[in-house]
Amino acid sequence: MAAAKPQMAGAYTPADVSGVRRRRSRYSIRLWSVRNARMLEWFYARFSETLLKLHWFWNLVGYQRAERPVKAVEKLTKQFLFDCRMCGQCALSSTGMSCPMNCPKGLRNGPCGGVRANGHCEVEPDMPCVWVQAWEGSRRMTNGDTILDVQKPVDNSLWNTSSWLRVTAEAAAERDAAKDLAR
Amino acid sequence: MTSEDLDQVPGDPEAPLPELPGHSSRSRLERILRRGDFAVTAELNPPDSADPEEVYDRAAVFEGWVDGINATDGSGANCHMSSVGICALLTRMGYSPIMQISCRDRNRIAIQGDVLGAAAMGVGNMLCLTGDGVQAGDQPGAKAVFDFDCMSLLETVRTMRDEQKFLSGRKLSVPPKVFLGAAINPFAPPYDFRPLRLAKKIAAGAQFVQSQYCFDLELLDRYMMRVRELGLHEQCFILVGVGPLASARAARWIRTNVPGIHIPDDIIARLEGAEDQKAEGKKICIEMMQAAREIDGVSGVHVMAYRQEELVAEIVEEAGVLKGRKPWRKEARPDDAAVAERLVEILTEADALPESLEPLAETDADG
Repeated sequence: MAAAKPQMAGAYTPADVSGVRRRRSRYSIRLWSVRNARMLEWFYARFSETLLKLHWFWNLVGYQRAERPVKAVEKLTKQFLFDCRMCGQCALSSTGMSCPMNCPKGLRNGPCGGVRANGHCEVEPDMPCVWVQAWEGSRRMTNGDTILDVQKPVDNSLWNTSSWLRVTAEAAAERDAAKDLAR
Repeated sequence: MTSEDLDQVPGDPEAPLPELPGHSSRSRLERILRRGDFAVTAELNPPDSADPEEVYDRAAVFEGWVDGINATDGSGANCHMSSVGICALLTRMGYSPIMQISCRDRNRIAIQGDVLGAAAMGVGNMLCLTGDGVQAGDQPGAKAVFDFDCMSLLETVRTMRDEQKFLSGRKLSVPPKVFLGAAINPFAPPYDFRPLRLAKKIAAGAQFVQSQYCFDLELLDRYMMRVRELGLHEQCFILVGVGPLASARAARWIRTNVPGIHIPDDIIARLEGAEDQKAEGKKICIEMMQAAREIDGVSGVHVMAYRQEELVAEIVEEAGVLKGRKPWRKEARPDDAAVAERLVEILTEADALPESLEPLAETDADG
């Protein structure tokens, strides 16, 4: 007979269905990113400016051809820092640098009602709720109030594409449109 | 004119109500809330059966006591009759069902289709939920869909209703006229984000919200204070969730096995200390309802008496939250009485028949 599972008083215990029980230490880096949300926000602002300045280069190489190498770098960095899932439509700036795709329900607009009293996830009991973290992270950021914007549903055709390049291309198009208007 | 007359078509209590200006649906619940009456809704325990009678029986216990009946959509990730099916049956009887839509089981194609189908069946209220994770239910191996979240679901249904188009932009010839609802849980962290999340839901289209079970008035008070500061109670009707706990054991089981329900230790201690735990659970529920009614900005209560549905009428009566108002009930029509009378006649005639035939049979035998 299997030993009885230890239960936390007052906490909700789900069926033990996940084959992967991750330890708390597994989330250290993700939690560090949330704690340093402000610094990351500042860094990303500079970084996206640089990407935009390189628009001529991406155009020269072709956004299509740049996709693969840029995606590889983006995946490595963001997977390390945020446990990124490469949904291709990054919302980190509006989610306190806590990746919403790590929520087992994939929520992009805030925490569900199942958050445990200790701030952990309903589905994965050892994981701090992505959205409790997001709220804390957003309070540290300069533009953290974007967490209050209603996010569109995920476009599932964008999985495994580079969010950086898409944002750059869109920003470039916007910039050019503004220039045309000014003329 | 009494409130009952307002909420039904004269002479035909089961008929759909006419549309009122400024209302987004023909729902009875919307009329009551907009009129400023304190509303009571209840949750129907969906049957594990294909028998419509079971739905009617389960709804009948609420008749005359509630303004809306919630049909859950696989709550707790357990499989039951679908909310679309239950709502379609309830509209046949003239009830005002609140169709719950959870994002767990269907993608955006299925959900938008169901919204149209249900609206066509006469469903006037829809409650947009995220849904419990599949790990909580009886089929933990199921695929959790979560294509939408409650917020994008709200926005999609609102777009369908107000802009008369699907999420894709494709036109609808007739939009679904529905009163849109959402859920709130003031009793789960992050507490200071919860009121802002309600603001987000209102921005996405929520017109009324029902809360998770309330057993902690302090948390509710704090939440409502912030809601009033933000002025949210003026943009949306807030219904507080309540329910009777059957026993201390049940309460313990619920808080460890049902996601999102916060039951403080003192409630469990109070149940344990009581001689009749079931009566005490009911008393706590009544107290919560009465307290909720007094909170500024609360427009109603939502009674979830899981497996104790027969108690709802007593609870609503004893709590006195309706202040004498009688919610809609299907009244017998004048010609119904005539039909019943005739039916009794026929039945008694049938009983009498064998006797009247007997003499004939005897004469036959003689002949």
